[in-house]
Amino acid sequence: MSQPQTINLDAVREILSRHKDTKGALITVLQEIQEAYGYLPRPALSEVSAAMGVPLSKIFGVVTFYAQFHLKPRGKHVIRVCLGTACHVRGGERMLEKVGEILGIGPGETTDDQKFTLERVACLGACGLAPALMIGDQTYGRLTGKRVEELIKQYREN
Amino acid sequence: MSAQLHAFLERREKVKEKANAPITQPQVFVGMGTCGIAAGAQDVLKALREEMDKHNLRATIKKVGCIGMCEQEVLVDVQFPGSPRVTYGNVTPKKVSRIVESHLKEHVPVQEWVVGEVATPDDPYPGNPFYTKQKRIVLRKCGFIDPESIDEYIAMDGYSGLVSVLTRMTPEEVIEEVKKSGLRGRGGAGFNTGLKWEFARKAPGDTKYMVCNADEGDPGAFMDRSVLEGDPHAVIEGMIIGAYAVGARSGYLYVRAEYPLAIKRLKKAIADAREMALLGENILGTGFSFDLKIKEGAGAFVCGEETALLASIMGQRGMPRPRPPFPAQKGLWDCPTVINNVETYANIPGILVLGGDWFASMGTEKSKGTKVFALTGKVANTGLAEVPMGITLREIIFDVGGGIQGGRQFKAVQIGGPSGGCLPESLLDTPIDYDQLNRTGAIMGSGGLVVLDDRTCMVDVAKFFLKFTQSESCGKCTPCREGTLRMLEMLENISQGKGTEDDLLKLERLAETVKDASLCGLGQTAPNPVLTTIRYFRHEYLAHIKDKTCPAGACKHLITFYIDAEACTGCTVCAKSCPVAAITGERKKPHVIDPALCIKCGACEESCKFGAVLRGKEGAV
Ligand SMILES: Cc1cc2nc3c(=O)[nH]c(=O)nc-3n(C[C@H](O)[C@H](O)[C@H](O)COP(=O)(O)O)c2cc1C
Ligand code: FES
Repeated sequence: MSQPQTINLDAVREILSRHKDTKGALITVLQEIQEAYGYLPRPALSEVSAAMGVPLSKIFGVVTFYAQFHLKPRGKHVIRVCLGTACHVRGGERMLEKVGEILGIGPGETTDDQKFTLERVACLGACGLAPALMIGDQTYGRLTGKRVEELIKQYREN
Repeated sequence: MSAQLHAFLERREKVKEKANAPITQPQVFVGMGTCGIAAGAQDVLKALREEMDKHNLRATIKKVGCIGMCEQEVLVDVQFPGSPRVTYGNVTPKKVSRIVESHLKEHVPVQEWVVGEVATPDDPYPGNPFYTKQKRIVLRKCGFIDPESIDEYIAMDGYSGLVSVLTRMTPEEVIEEVKKSGLRGRGGAGFNTGLKWEFARKAPGDTKYMVCNADEGDPGAFMDRSVLEGDPHAVIEGMIIGAYAVGARSGYLYVRAEYPLAIKRLKKAIADAREMALLGENILGTGFSFDLKIKEGAGAFVCGEETALLASIMGQRGMPRPRPPFPAQKGLWDCPTVINNVETYANIPGILVLGGDWFASMGTEKSKGTKVFALTGKVANTGLAEVPMGITLREIIFDVGGGIQGGRQFKAVQIGGPSGGCLPESLLDTPIDYDQLNRTGAIMGSGGLVVLDDRTCMVDVAKFFLKFTQSESCGKCTPCREGTLRMLEMLENISQGKGTEDDLLKLERLAETVKDASLCGLGQTAPNPVLTTIRYFRHEYLAHIKDKTCPAGACKHLITFYIDAEACTGCTVCAKSCPVAAITGERKKPHVIDPALCIKCGACEESCKFGAVLRGKEGAV
């Protein structure tokens, strides 16, 4: 996918204006930018660097350290399949394969229509209902292959 | 008495009166923790509202936190004035219409779906084996109060501990009381909480911080999430009391990003507490000030380690640093910082209301109080259980947990997550006690208990945890970064039938080295799952090495899937489920799997309703 030529950085500036003088706010700033744009656009990071006086290299260090940050755009719905212990022993990998099969992508990838991104996660805290996955902010448990199909269908439609 | 305190006491009086007054209108409770929602509570709630509208019925619908019975989610309770509160389990939107019609309209409970009648928060379901051996202190309010209502928390004596601390006790007395209770940190290491507070109090410096570790990174554990979602004020109150004791004016709750509901409820709780002058400037007019901020984690397991967590709060890469200096001396921005776990803080209000002696009366000599466990895996009753220290693993798994799912055979219990170990049947009588668990090679950990049955392969379990710690290793120190990788390679080889006995010895030696030489707790404990499985299940490793078999039938490289021609009905479901078209056969005739094409994904086994897909030794068919 080609990235848009110009990115409107107003949201970045607004976020920076609220946090740039708070100590230790770098991660919060990055989280809010990602929330607004869906990922961390390169020009936004340059803006952060200038405003907060943190070298870009240091920002990249932080961004690449945490699994949550993304330098590339992601799909509208992020599906995170749990591979934590409880899900592992109750068939989590199988669910990951199933979602991958349905969407035609592997973990870490996004569908061509930008609708879904598939990720793995180690425990969603719904272990009592393993195997589990999360779509956006919503957690689903007691999965079966069939339930996964239904869920994806449901999200595909809206 | 200050005006703020007066206002608080008056409000407490009022909400208590209201809580104790008999209800005048029917009440419906819906369990709305992450687990309830994951099981479909949202849809159930919607169906409830629709059905009640349809019949023109009026009732108070209350959204409550998790009561612990994950196995039975979605849980819905119905209560009429003057009658007991009746709980329904496994409620689906479909079942709702009958519950509404029969119970809410005609006052006749639908007996076949009833799980029990709720008694008191201390023993919610008398006679129900899941609760008989539990002792609910931390979880006492979960499932009983609406976590988004500060009034309901206050009505159950919430913030009363804080009031007595601020009006009647010196910080030193608070620390004394916590020390007397014997409370040890619930985040894993089990350090004495009162002592930690004392160190921070005595550490020089005017600026001090309180931090709550809500990173809950152990895969297979959700105790902290349930407490945050079900009773957020308890954690906040614990932190305020701690802040008063050590002299901190600001604090952070570091919550993992995978817990959006917990974050939402904490935000509301903080705002409500501020409004009632329980948080912020001049708390309850006593002159003491303390405020709290939420920091969301960004997805790194190592950030559960205290020094890494502090680095992350300061906006840096979450890498641990050597201790000493301990955070209590030098933490956030080099200031003395107390960092405690969610469950640790949630224990504090009770200790201040009922006293350190009360708390110390429960448990063993050196492990006091209770511990919350997330009971998962192949156990019959998955869920959240709070048990008194000193109870045995056997009691938790077989009495509380109801034994093994589907009547299979117990093989091991994994306790303590990636830092813990796997214990066999012969150690099931080990009591829940920090020191006795350490002696087995496992640890108390933060409370994950994953039960494994005869179909779980111990080499695979060890590999699973090591894969986790290896990928979460921050890379700062060599033993952890390189050591875990090499260990993983050896395990990989063994599970593929390519390992030698020499590899096993090397693996053990390297594991000991990584344990001794790593910088932080991640590396120091990462070998535990490997070492305990080798120690207690050596024969299983040897089966992979010498006989090239996986006794549990789990390691893909060592098994073949085949179809039992007798049991196969030729329904074609397996063939349709196979992603690589390795299954052929005519309708109504036995099917066969082509081992050359099979990728051993297990889809056919899962899809077969007749149990006709079997696992055999590699090359056997
Ligand atoms: C790799 C690693 C991960 C940890 N993860 C957590 C965690 O998720 N939650 C937690 O409370 N403590 C965790 N700890 C323990 C903390 O470092 C620290 O001991 C604890 O937060 C102190 O609080 P407590 O005394 O109340 O237990 C972890 C430690 C290590 C080494
Ligand atoms: S292990 Fe999957 S939700 Fe915890």
